[in-house]
This record gives sequence, C-alpha cells and structure tokens, in this order.
Amino acid sequence: MKENLYKYILGIADNSLILGQRLGELCGHGPNLETDIACTNISLDLFGQVRSYYQYAAKIKGENATEDDIAFLRKEREYLNVLLVEQPNTDFAYTITRQFLFDVYHFLFLTELQKSHDMTLAAIAKKSIKEVSYHRRFSSDWMKRLGDGTEESKQRIQDALDALWTYTDELFHQTEADKIIVSENIGVDVTTLKQLYYTEVETILSEATLEVPESKWFQKGGKDGIHTEHMGYLLSDLQYMQRTYPNMEW
Amino acid sequence: MTATEQHIDQDLFPILEKVSDPEIPVLSIMEMGVVRSAVIENNIVKVQITPTYSGCPAMDVIGDDIQKALSDAGYTSEIELILAPAWTTDWITPKGRKALEAYGIAAPLDEEADKAVLLNGKRIVQCTNCSSQNTRMISQFGSTACKAQFQCDDCQEPFDYFKCLK
Repeated sequence: MKENLYKYILGIADNSLILGQRLGELCGHGPNLETDIACTNISLDLFGQVRSYYQYAAKIKGENATEDDIAFLRKEREYLNVLLVEQPNTDFAYTITRQFLFDVYHFLFLTELQKSHDMTLAAIAKKSIKEVSYHRRFSSDWMKRLGDGTEESKQRIQDALDALWTYTDELFHQTEADKIIVSENIGVDVTTLKQLYYTEVETILSEATLEVPESKWFQKGGKDGIHTEHMGYLLSDLQYMQRTYPNMEW
Repeated sequence: MTATEQHIDQDLFPILEKVSDPEIPVLSIMEMGVVRSAVIENNIVKVQITPTYSGCPAMDVIGDDIQKALSDAGYTSEIELILAPAWTTDWITPKGRKALEAYGIAAPLDEEADKAVLLNGKRIVQCTNCSSQNTRMISQFGSTACKAQFQCDDCQEPFDYFKCLK
C-alpha cells in the first residue's frame, strides 16, 4: 500500500469530515432558518467531498477497506485533521469565524490541488472548489456583517477570532508524509500559501472593522493525530451508530 | 475518468429521457446533463453519471432509477460515477430550463449576471410567479445545495433560484 499517499489523503479528507460533523450539529439548532440551512448545506458539500476522498483512500488501502470503515472506525489519534475544525460551535460567532478561517485556506489549497499529478485528487479538487468558493463567500459576508454590526456582535466575533487565531498557523504545517507527497508533485506545498492566506484574511477582517489578533503563539498537533480535548466527544457522537451496531447499514 | 463531451447511444436516449431527477421531478436527468455517456458494450449498458454537487443525495437514487429503467427495457447495466469534468449549469438543456421555470425554480443566469445578483444584490432574477424582476435574495442557500432562496417584492412569492455553477 502507498502509505504516504494514504495518509496524505486522510489529512485532506479528515478536515472536511470533522468540520462537516461540527456544522451538522447545528441542524435544527441554527440561529435562524436561513443560517441553519446554510450550515447544513455546507456540511453536505463537505461530506460529499469526503466520500470521494475516502473511496479513493479505501482503494489504496485495499484489504476490503470501505469508505465507512475509514470514516467511522478509526481511533482518535488516527484522525489527521487540523485542530481548527474540531473546535466546538460555542456560538454563531465561533461557528462563522471557524468557517471563515478554514474556507480561505480551503479555497487556496484546492486551487493548487487541481494541478496535482494524481488525476483522482485533481478531479476531486476541480469539483470541490466550485462549492468551496460559495462557502467562502458565505462566511466572509457574515464576518463583515457581524464585525461591522452592533457593539454586541462586534465584540463577540472579535472574541471568537482572538480565541481561534491560535489554530491558523497549523494549516501550513507539513508532516513527513506531506513532504514526500509534495516532492512527488501530487501534494500541495502549503508553506507557499501562508503569506497569501494571511493577506486575504486580513483584507476581509479590515472590511469587517475587526482587529487582527496580535498573538504569535500557535497550537498544532492535529495533523500528527494529537488533538484537543474536544475531539473525543465529537468522535463519540460521530461513531456512535457504528460502534453500537457494528456493520449496520441504512 | 474523463468524458469531455456527452456520448449517448441513440437507442438508449428515449429510455434515459424518462428517468427524472428525484429532487426536481419535472426534469429528466438528460435535460439536467448528469448523464455523460451511455454505450452498449458486450450486451451491457455502461452509463457514466456526474453529480451536480459533491454531496448531492440524489445521485444514488438516480443510479438506481437508471438501472431499473434499463432493466425494464431488457438491458443489464453498470453505473459509474465520474467527477471530471465537473458538472456545470451550462449542461442544463434549453428544454430543461423551461421545465425548471414552469416548476417554480428560476433557471441559472450566466456567470456575470449571477455574480451581480449574489454579490451586489442586483434585481434581475425573474419571479417564477409574476415574471417581475423586482426580486431579492433572502438566503444564499435554499432547499437544496444547488439553489438559493429568493422573494419577489411585487407579488411577494418566495421561490428558488438555481445558482450558476461554472
């Protein structure tokens, strides 16, 4: 099995799975009907993308692996998503800020992944980027609306931004498997996206009349399987059905 | 896994044309442009379909419906889901656009006009009820991932707009 490529695909797919799960928690609980539908629609797009990645990963893994095994039956340390996407919904300001900080990255990442020498990954990227450009538009609009809104909304979105900022640098961290896959012209060298990312984020924050956090201390670990305390709870929810009724199907 | 243009066997066309989109029953999957190829090889019909959106829950149903329609016509079939080239709203046929409008869903505008509507609130999407263009977006996401929610300020009708996807 191509171990590095397998891990590389999980690193991309797990971000979408875990963020999709977080957004799915809002189904029926969004602040109003439109945002509820928006969050679950974005979740659905992410799950669709995840299925394409996991089907490909299952093929690489062989041993009769299925997309469902990969999604539902791994242990916490085998999930390779960034810490940002597993952070809890907390309130709508956190949900939107988390989405915005990820969407800007996701769009830049998929732009590059379209050029991958791996035809399957390039095809998934070409499909997904159309959806992600719409997500980015949605979350950027809300950053501006809340930032440039009332005193209360501004304070709360600034608080969320200050709290989540510490997870942004990890987006540009590379694991050993990532470096090998990049050298094979399959993966994206995320270190080259960092400057552009912060420029784009800061442009929107400035339109939103928000302050760019000054903190230079950044958290990382998710890409190596070391997660925050929130991850276990998320997985127990995500994996409940498969753990309780092994091999169940709809 | 690429299919740059549609390749449909003429014998199969009338069968496939009768399979409708489960989310928009007035629309055939052929008018929607999701069938990219259908050819007969060694007595097996090989059909390639492509999703409108990655997470479109209709794809499994569409695959099953195609197999059933072909089986009723005496064919054994294999369905393959392909991602490249990615689906675009340009593949909805003129007949399909008319069916959408008649069903109460505004058909997608071209890319530039779509941006003007979604980004700058330009009022050009035609109300499916009274044909007024005095309409505004009330939500970027509608009843399914491919639509946005609009409302007409003349007749007050709320309706879906099929977003342009390029």
